[in-house]
Amino acid sequence: MSGITPNEIKKEFLKSKMGIAGITILIILISISIITTITVPVETFQEWNNPGSWITYPKTAIPIWVNLFLIEKIPEHQIITEPKIETTSNDEINLSSYQFNVNFNYDDFPNDFIYSYSSEYANSPLFQMSVIRPDGIKLELVSTSLPHSNLKTIHEDRIFSTDAMIKKELTLQSEIFEFKINELSSEGIIFSKTEVNQPLKGNYIFLIDLYGINDESQIVESNLIIGGKAFGIMGTDELRRDLAIGLLWGTPLALFIGLVVSIASVVMGLTYGVYAGFKGKKTDETMMRFNDVIYALPALPFLIILSVTISNSIFVMVGFLMIFGWVGIAKVSRSMSLQIKTRGYVEAATMMGQKDSKIILKHILPQLLPYAFASVAISVPAAITTEAGLSFLGLGDPSFPTWGQILHDANVFGAAARGLWWWIVPPGIMIAITGLAFVFIGNALDSIINPKLKR
Amino acid sequence: MKKYVATRAATMFGVLLITLLITILIVGSNMDTILKQGIVFQVRSEIIENPAIAESFSSVKEFEAFIDKQTDERIKNLGLDEPWYSPQRIGFTMYKIILLDFGQATFLTSDLGSSNVRDIIFEKLPRTILLFTSATIIISIIGIFVGALSASKIGSVVDRITSSFAIISSSFPVWWIGMLMIFLFAFTYQIFPARATPDIPSSSPEYLGVLLYHMTLPLITIVMIGFGSWAYLVRNFMVGIMQEDFIIAKKTMGIKQNRITYIHALKNAAPPIITILALSLSGSLGGAIITEAVFDWPGMGRLYFEAITVMDLPVIIGSTYILTVFFLVSIFIADLLYGYFDPRIRTGANP
Repeated sequence: MSGITPNEIKKEFLKSKMGIAGITILIILISISIITTITVPVETFQEWNNPGSWITYPKTAIPIWVNLFLIEKIPEHQIITEPKIETTSNDEINLSSYQFNVNFNYDDFPNDFIYSYSSEYANSPLFQMSVIRPDGIKLELVSTSLPHSNLKTIHEDRIFSTDAMIKKELTLQSEIFEFKINELSSEGIIFSKTEVNQPLKGNYIFLIDLYGINDESQIVESNLIIGGKAFGIMGTDELRRDLAIGLLWGTPLALFIGLVVSIASVVMGLTYGVYAGFKGKKTDETMMRFNDVIYALPALPFLIILSVTISNSIFVMVGFLMIFGWVGIAKVSRSMSLQIKTRGYVEAATMMGQKDSKIILKHILPQLLPYAFASVAISVPAAITTEAGLSFLGLGDPSFPTWGQILHDANVFGAAARGLWWWIVPPGIMIAITGLAFVFIGNALDSIINPKLKR
Repeated sequence: MKKYVATRAATMFGVLLITLLITILIVGSNMDTILKQGIVFQVRSEIIENPAIAESFSSVKEFEAFIDKQTDERIKNLGLDEPWYSPQRIGFTMYKIILLDFGQATFLTSDLGSSNVRDIIFEKLPRTILLFTSATIIISIIGIFVGALSASKIGSVVDRITSSFAIISSSFPVWWIGMLMIFLFAFTYQIFPARATPDIPSSSPEYLGVLLYHMTLPLITIVMIGFGSWAYLVRNFMVGIMQEDFIIAKKTMGIKQNRITYIHALKNAAPPIITILALSLSGSLGGAIITEAVFDWPGMGRLYFEAITVMDLPVIIGSTYILTVFFLVSIFIADLLYGYFDPRIRTGANP
């Protein structure tokens, strides 16, 4: 207000440690947003709420880096997509075999394993699945023939570790193990030492053989999932979603909500307040009464009612947040413009017969710009936390993976009670860090504009 | 002064009416459908309960026609045949609500089983006031003390810690800290119960004690997140006052620093502090919705949340009204206090 030039503000700002810290965090967040939008496939965003598209991921898996701090390593979730293929032909019989290498160096059994494939064949080829363990023992798992078809057909199927035929095959080979295997799950048998029921570390080879007679039969596409209890940098949630992806997509969304709401509210509040202050008299009185009404509305209950009855789309929500955002700024900018109005050059401009709009734009608004920037920065965190709060209550836009939405899901599935800290802690920290960046910037700007406030 | 009070009171009442009107306008159309469905349901269940009527019909058509006739009659009797936005109906609804007659809840009941919205609200309200008023009082006591302490030693370690704690804590959502606290102190270390709703009936004599025990975790959380920004606020007021001439004069007179800080400076910082206290008391009621949902505290906030989830409109309208009344009353008190302490406002001069 005391006529600081933009250059001085910039200079002062670069001197303040807080301002630099805020800007640094903000730049990091913006880079995360840009990198996310470019590198992470958009499908993950659109399919966030479609459980079908996350089926290959594990349920509530802990982040993998936890293993660095543990002596007993938690099995990681492994998705192996490219098997080693060998084909041999012997007169009538074609054998195609597919090898999956599984490196298993953990101190606990995997959750399960799933082999899904689609094969192309005619007639009825023989399908065999076996595993060669690190100790050289070969266990037969499945031996079956694929459904008969006269014409060339494509058959898709999944083999789960819980399938009864695997258990049956394993029971037939029970003499390998020195303990009773009847009660154990098949992954608990396959990955077990022969003497005691403890995980056997080393390299496993899962072998799939397809015997076709006369005709060529092959597996077109296949993958093997060894279901672990650890996955990704941030783990997964109850619906098997990769939390890292949710957190990444949350960044641009939070910045979008925060910035749009605060910039729009500041622009609205500034225009409203300055106009009321400049016009004065009856106009001022009426406009301020209206302002009082909005100010006195309890914001959160109204936001809740609006989102329930009208729409919970994220864009509509941004609009609702603006309704309650501009009021305080209008009050302050009104009293500021009341002061500026009395200055000599404004009075001179009025006397020269300049238009109101020109005086406001040329003489009053530029004086308020530093305050406006500080207000934008200060009101961003409130917008982000309010949106997160609404999402947390389950009133947000379910089609967008915002941080509040992730925390809502965490609360619904009782993450706190089940000790799933990786589901609760990171989204909150992201909300806080984003808020902090803007609070830092706002405070730094504020102390430059009102040096009296500090010291 | 009288004129000032009168205009403020009139404005507040106007705001209250407008809030009520907006609420009714937003939920009105839904309310109409729900009320009409309720009547159809009522008619049908009466017929099912009374086999004599049910047997007197010869065909399904006749049966349907009877129901339609009955429903129409009742809708007319209740005045529901006019559109919900007709002035009479809105006026009548508003009149009833101002007299605290909120009608019957559609789904929710009070702990004692009453489905009268007023009973439900007046059962929950004291608990919210208990939790949030005690939290606000603790916050302001700690805040004023810490704020004054750091204002007396600007730039000291205490000051720096207070300021940074204030800034950092203000960017954490309270409800998220609540989730962490539940995670830490209810499940990892089982000190406090996770759900803040006591599991014994509210009529039993130990109820209050159990309620207070269940209140500890939410209380700690709210205080932890809240006192930092309070201390920062008090500090900033105090810093301004400490630079005033009369403080410097007192210093040169040789009065002890502590005495100056806690008696002379704090006394002069009191008006804005009290004003903000009044405002934050009401502000905390609005913020209660999410906090109570996290801790499952059986107060107004959770009631509101439950009402929203099942779309129990009479409860929504009633709670919004009560929340608004509280909010407005505290704004009003804050205004009056401010006007009382700052003569410039009272006389109508622009600040």
